[in-house]
Amino acid sequence: MSTEINQPIQKKSIPRNRLVSGLVLIAAGLLILLLFGIHLTPGQQATFVLTPSRDNIVIPIPNLVVSVQIAIYVLVLITIFLGALQLARGIRSTGILAGIVGFCFVAAFLIWSTAGQSMDLVGMLNTSVVRATPIALAAMCGVISERAGVVNIGIEGIMLSGALMAVVAGTKTHNLFVGLLAAILTGMLLAAIHAVLVIRFKVDQIVSGTAINIIATGATNFIAARFLEVNIALFNNSGVFPTIPIPLVAKIPILGPVFFENSLMVYLTLILVAVIYVILFFTPWGLRTRAVGEHPKAADTLGINVYLMRYVNVILGGIMAGIGGAYFTIGSVGRFDRQMTNGRGFIGLAAMIFGNWNPIGAYASSLIFGFADSLQVKMQILKIPIPSEFLGMAPYLVTMIILGGFVGRVHPPAADGSPYQKE
Amino acid sequence: MNAKITNKQTSQTSDQPKNSETGKKAGAGGKAFQTFLIPVLAVFTGMVFGAIPIIVTDPGVIAAYHNFFQAPGAALFASWNAIALAYGSLFLGAFGSPATIIHAIQTSIASGNSKPLLNAIYPITESLTAVTPYIFAGLAVALGFRCGLFNIGAEGQFGIGALCSAFVGYSIKGLPWFIHLPLALLAGAAGGAIWGAIPGYLKAVTGAHEVVNTIMMNYISFNLSDWLLNGPMKAPGFRPITPVVQDSAMLPGFFPYPSRFNWGFILALLFAFLVYWFLFKTTLGMEIRAVGANPDGARYAGMNIVRNYVMAMTLSGALAGLAGATQVLGVDHWVGQSFSSGYGFDSIAIALLGQSHPLGVVLAATLWGFLRSGATNMQSMANIPLDVISIIQGLVVIFVAAPAVIRWIYHIRLARTETMVLTRGWGK
Repeated sequence: MSTEINQPIQKKSIPRNRLVSGLVLIAAGLLILLLFGIHLTPGQQATFVLTPSRDNIVIPIPNLVVSVQIAIYVLVLITIFLGALQLARGIRSTGILAGIVGFCFVAAFLIWSTAGQSMDLVGMLNTSVVRATPIALAAMCGVISERAGVVNIGIEGIMLSGALMAVVAGTKTHNLFVGLLAAILTGMLLAAIHAVLVIRFKVDQIVSGTAINIIATGATNFIAARFLEVNIALFNNSGVFPTIPIPLVAKIPILGPVFFENSLMVYLTLILVAVIYVILFFTPWGLRTRAVGEHPKAADTLGINVYLMRYVNVILGGIMAGIGGAYFTIGSVGRFDRQMTNGRGFIGLAAMIFGNWNPIGAYASSLIFGFADSLQVKMQILKIPIPSEFLGMAPYLVTMIILGGFVGRVHPPAADGSPYQKE
Repeated sequence: MNAKITNKQTSQTSDQPKNSETGKKAGAGGKAFQTFLIPVLAVFTGMVFGAIPIIVTDPGVIAAYHNFFQAPGAALFASWNAIALAYGSLFLGAFGSPATIIHAIQTSIASGNSKPLLNAIYPITESLTAVTPYIFAGLAVALGFRCGLFNIGAEGQFGIGALCSAFVGYSIKGLPWFIHLPLALLAGAAGGAIWGAIPGYLKAVTGAHEVVNTIMMNYISFNLSDWLLNGPMKAPGFRPITPVVQDSAMLPGFFPYPSRFNWGFILALLFAFLVYWFLFKTTLGMEIRAVGANPDGARYAGMNIVRNYVMAMTLSGALAGLAGATQVLGVDHWVGQSFSSGYGFDSIAIALLGQSHPLGVVLAATLWGFLRSGATNMQSMANIPLDVISIIQGLVVIFVAAPAVIRWIYHIRLARTETMVLTRGWGK
């Protein structure tokens, strides 16, 4: 829609774009220098632990020890060099450029904050993977339904409801798998309501999603106040899925402890991401889904049932959001707190956009958000002189920067968000 | 891109013939009638559905249904009792007891002492006090809707506005009220305006969807206000709250303590009129509405889309900021944690219920204020969690946004109404 609106702004002459981004890069380099490069004690070192001591890992990797001063200067130089390169020659892929600069910034920050201390880098990456899980599942919900042309902004509410139902069912039956199933069914039900409203009744998709969020917030608060907070033992104490290291692969250095020493929820997410990717891009069903999202009229002409495809995909998305909700309770703390999803559903949508509506890309961006999350926790432990509230803002700021298209362009499905009326 | 345009056109063209066809049947008077009928029915239906969670979670009702087959009458009676108690206490909380009010009027006239009367109408004035921020916040979202922008960020703008006016209110000392009060209000409006302008600007220039960005701005504002309340703006003491604002910055009340009813209400009505005048009687307002109705058309007509998006979001944010400002300066006089909690979603419901028209917003906000105010009483008297109001509210949003559902329930024929475009895809 706004493509045409934005054209005059975006079709600026290329040299000026290059000038701006080059200068921004150099400014970023100077910012790193200014923030982390001054007031350093010469010779101070930062230690990053790569082999967690608790594991009996076959191949121990020695700790990564870097000299703080040298490392930060190198990172500053890389950033400034990239800026200069951009000014002089122009680098095609702004996405990669932004990625490298983002990496330099985060690395400099980490090294600066660990100066004179040691940090469990592997543990932190593992936390990132765990924290990325609900975001990734929210993103999967978004990918599936938006590829079919339906925007679902009610993911947050669906996850919240799933979280509550999972813990209640899990506590009642003493079986976490029943809890997971309850979350899935809740997700399907709410997604189906959304689907009926936007497909059958043609309600504005964003209004419908917002209404689902409002109702879910109210209903979960209501149920929590009436039951869960009144009788914790009876309703709100389910326990969590245990950590199960996968044999063999868990022994791989670094990758093992990061990815393969997790709970079932994390493995399930990894599998789902792969499955959705294959289904979307390598099966007739996926082709039809994408056709319905890109050009429903053409798809209809070719005999694809647009309404059916949309219903099924939105409900499949609801399953993802339901599992994502279950993560919050039976996947991590074993109890429900009011509004515990805390915006993760929306961040999942941002991850989806950042990943360009591709499951793999969306998962990768979820990992970035998960990393930002775990960084915040870590910083509180390391007692960094930055208020934790500012670090708490980071994921939301990153989301806005990403959405602003400052990191590459986004290409939503063409018919995303518009209702279809069969003639 | 072509696909997108054709798709949009088909969806529009395919809607219109249907509308006009059935519109003829419904007759000319149908449109105005349905404009009021649908919201009223939406609220009614919302309250009917909202009764379900009240009944099914009531301990007494659950107990009665355990022996439903022995005594079905008792079970139904218990259900009825639960609803009657809930909505009865809601009504009492919102309006007070009619008998007491009539009695108080008689005694006041007889004795010339206004105190009993003030006590009797206390619930009503409390409800009107609650209405004030809803009018501002509802106007904020409605203004955004008129420009085709969905401002979910009223909550953050409200909070930032409240913090800004509290800061001006407590930090500046020794000013006369006629300078200090407007200054504090202005600070609130400015804070909200900045918070709204950022997503507006991003939307206009980069196409980033304002829905996600305003939500992100909400979370940023929560973190910011947590930091401010625990750090720079913290009052001496243990609680994370700001100091109390100076007397010169407070909105004066109409009645003596404990009534909190204040001039903010009049200000809200004034702003409702101003927004009406701006939207419908000025060129700028016409441009905003044109951009909202059809951005392509507006652009071909030579209107500046970027400027209109930024302006609409700035004004929207300013109104939400004023909501926070009047709440601080008129009612609470200090800001604490989760001060703005709930206002974001409330304002969306109000704007939708009021059909994005300032008059409608005032009416919807009045309903909302009385509901919320009564719900507090319901929580204490009937022991029903306040959150049931959120459920009703969400249902109302659905029913207002999906008049087809209401028509389907009540078998109402479609009148020819202008469909307003609320939001558009992700942009780009």
